[in-house]
Amino acid sequence: MSAAPTAPSSPQAKKKAPLGTLYRGREGMWSWVAHRVTGVAIFFFLLVHVLDTSLVRVSPEAYNEVIGTYKNPVMGLGEAGLVAAIVFHAFNGVRIMLVDFWAKGPKYQRVMLWIVIGLFVVTMAGFLPRHLMHVFGGE
Amino acid sequence: MTTIADPKAPRPPRARPSRLTTRGNTELYGWVFMRASGALLIVLIFGHLFMNLVAGDGISAIDFGFVAGKWASPLWQIWDLLMLWLAMIHGTNGMRTVVNDYASKDGTRLVLKGLLYLAFTVTVVLGTLVIFTFNPCPTDAPLDLLPSFCTA
Repeated sequence: MSAAPTAPSSPQAKKKAPLGTLYRGREGMWSWVAHRVTGVAIFFFLLVHVLDTSLVRVSPEAYNEVIGTYKNPVMGLGEAGLVAAIVFHAFNGVRIMLVDFWAKGPKYQRVMLWIVIGLFVVTMAGFLPRHLMHVFGGE
Repeated sequence: MTTIADPKAPRPPRARPSRLTTRGNTELYGWVFMRASGALLIVLIFGHLFMNLVAGDGISAIDFGFVAGKWASPLWQIWDLLMLWLAMIHGTNGMRTVVNDYASKDGTRLVLKGLLYLAFTVTVVLGTLVIFTFNPCPTDAPLDLLPSFCTA
């Protein structure tokens, strides 16, 4: 991006992250934080999700009863949050791979985060209305 | 007169970290695995979410019959098995990194990673057994809860 060149002595220059670091400050750091937070959240859901699915081995009634709780509105909003976490983690994961494997990745890492956020918004805009209709009975 | 270190002097050897949790190239292989499995998981999980939450009636259509109908096909059995294993290894390795970063006491780290590996083993074994021993037509269940291909 074409940022205005700042004189080395200007106060802004002092606030800038040291050259050559990608994970300290601003987009590089906050995307790392968000990646970590979403990753931990998804991991704990995964443990619960394998347990609830395992109820198919107990009886159809047991499975249907527990999966029924996923269909109430509060859980429906939780699922929306879960999908949001997964979509961000997935798209930012692609960004991480591009930073690591594409020669120009580190140079464009900030722009790529804004692309990730843009794709996230588009994906959630496609998913949310449909999911919320299923949850809140719009049919 | 104060002296400063010669900036061109060779850097003293870096002190070895007091604790090394892995040896050799293990961390490198873990790093590569996170990226390789991550790429596969994007396809597997987005497909899973689309089939279960978007297509048809989404979450309101999920019940025993829905799961049984999916697992009648080897494609979804393999899909879910692969997803289970890759996601659990990917997630467990991520959690291991988080524990290593924040739990500075040896005892705390040991306990947390012990719990983590226990959760990993239980979840993966349970999930794998469920996929392979699943019976879509249990004989003692009411027929209306079962997929349509179960005829008494």
